[in-house]
Amino acid sequence: MTTEIEFINVSKTYLNQQEVVNVLKGVSGKVEKGEIVTIIGPSGSGKSTILSLCNLLLTPDEGEVWIQGKDVGDWDIQTLRRQVGIAFQGAPMLTGTVQENLSLPKRLQGKTLENPKKYMEYVGLTEDLLLRQAKELSGGQRQRLSLARTLVNDPAILLLDEVTSALDSLSAHEVEELILRINRERQTTILWVTHDQSQAERVGDQTWLVIEGRIVEAAPTKQFFVKPKQEQTKQFLEMRREYK
Amino acid sequence: MSLIALLFSFGFVIFSFFLSHAFKLGLGRDLIITGIRATIQLLVVGYILNTVFGFENPLAMILMLLVMVFVATINAAKRGKGLPRIFWKIFLTISIVEIITQGFLLGLQIVPATPQYTISISGMIIGNSMVIASLFLNRLKAELEMRKEEVVLVLSLGGSVKQSIYPILKQSIRSSLIPTIEGQRTIGLVQLPGMMTGQIIAGADPVEAVRFQLLIVFMILFAAVLTAIILGFLIYPELFNKKQQLDISAW
Repeated sequence: MTTEIEFINVSKTYLNQQEVVNVLKGVSGKVEKGEIVTIIGPSGSGKSTILSLCNLLLTPDEGEVWIQGKDVGDWDIQTLRRQVGIAFQGAPMLTGTVQENLSLPKRLQGKTLENPKKYMEYVGLTEDLLLRQAKELSGGQRQRLSLARTLVNDPAILLLDEVTSALDSLSAHEVEELILRINRERQTTILWVTHDQSQAERVGDQTWLVIEGRIVEAAPTKQFFVKPKQEQTKQFLEMRREYK
Repeated sequence: MSLIALLFSFGFVIFSFFLSHAFKLGLGRDLIITGIRATIQLLVVGYILNTVFGFENPLAMILMLLVMVFVATINAAKRGKGLPRIFWKIFLTISIVEIITQGFLLGLQIVPATPQYTISISGMIIGNSMVIASLFLNRLKAELEMRKEEVVLVLSLGGSVKQSIYPILKQSIRSSLIPTIEGQRTIGLVQLPGMMTGQIIAGADPVEAVRFQLLIVFMILFAAVLTAIILGFLIYPELFNKKQQLDISAW
C-alpha cells in the first residue's frame, strides 16, 4: 500500500468579520492508494476544508499536506489540481452546453476533447444531451456530468463534497454506484465528505469523524460504526440514529 | 454673464429648497449644500484655470493634469477599498488613458496644444475615466459575489487564474461600458450635449460646435473602452494569492 494523501498536524483559520475562526486544529491522517475514506461530522466542523487543502484551493496555516509523497506546496499548482479532482455539492456548471462543460478541462489546456460520448456513456448520460444547456439538467444529471468533467483530467485522487446530498434517493443511489465503479475500475483514491451516515458506512474503507476541527476518531469503516472507541463518536452516532 | 445674473440663477436652488420643504422630501439641506458646493468648486476652478492658462510653462499644465488625475483616482478608488494597490492601479489606468487620448489629439493636431484645449478636454477624459473605473469596480465586485463558484470550479479543474476570471472580467467590462454607449445613442435627439450647448450660447457656429462635439463623443467612447480594459487587466491578479486561490476577503 502506498500513501496517496497525508495530513500532518494541519491547522487552518478563517477571518470571519474580524473574528478568527479555527476551522481545523492539528489534523493528522493518511489515505492509502485506492481507498475510500468517508468523512462525517456536524455542519461547520471543517470537513470541506480538509478536502480543499488537498488540491490547494486552500493553504494550511500550520502543518503539511502531502499528495503522492510530495508536499502540496512543491507541486505545480495546475498539475496538482488535475491530479486531485474535486466534485462539489451543487455540481456547478458554466453557462453553455453539456459538451462545452464536459470538454472544459481539455479546453483549459488548449486541447479538444476527442471522445465526449465515451465519458457520457461512462457516467450513464445519453449522447443526445450533449447539445443541451448544462444548467437545464436535473440535479442527478448535473452531478454525473460534474463527475464526468472531473474524470476528463484522469485524476488519481477524487475529492467529493456532499455530492449526493441535494439529490433524490434514486439519483443519490445511482451517483453513489457510479462513484464506486470509478473507484473499482480506475483505482481512484477517494476522500468523500457526506452527512449521510448510512452512505458513509456503505461506501467507506475508512471513516473519519471530524468535530470542531479535530479528527475525533479514524478507523476502518466497519469497526467505526460497529465498535467505535471514542465516547464522542458513540454520542455522535447515537444522536444521529435517534434523530433518524 | 454678470454676477447679478448668476446670483439670480441661484433662485432655482432656493425655489427647489422650498418645494422640498413643502412636499416634505427632506432634501432641502442637500440641495443648498450641493448648490453652494458647486458654486465654490467651479469658481475656484475658474480662477485656477484663468491663472494656468496665463502660464507659458507647460509644467504648470502638467501639474494641473496630475492634480486632476489624483482627485479622480481618490474618488474611484473608494469602490475598490481593500484591494491591494488599488490606488496606483487606477492612477496608472487614468494616466495611460489620458496620455494615449491626448497624444492622439495633439499628435495628429486635431486640437491645438494650448492649455485652454488640453485642460478642458483632459477634464472630460479624466472625469469619464473615473466614472468608468467606479462602474467597473462595482460590477466586478457584484459579479464575483454571484459567480464565485464558477471561478473556483475553473481553478479546481486546473485552469489558470486568468482563465478562471476571464468570463467575469469580460462581463464587468461590458456592463461598465453600457451607460456610456447608451448615453451616446440618443445624443442630440433628446438633449444637446453640454459642451455643444455652451459653444452655441457663446456664439459659435452650430456646425462647428457639432464637429467638436463629435470629437468629444468619439474620444469618450475610446477612453471608456480603454479604461475598463486596462483597469480590468491590471486588477485581476490582485484578486488571487500566490497559490492561485481566489482571495477577495478584504474587498
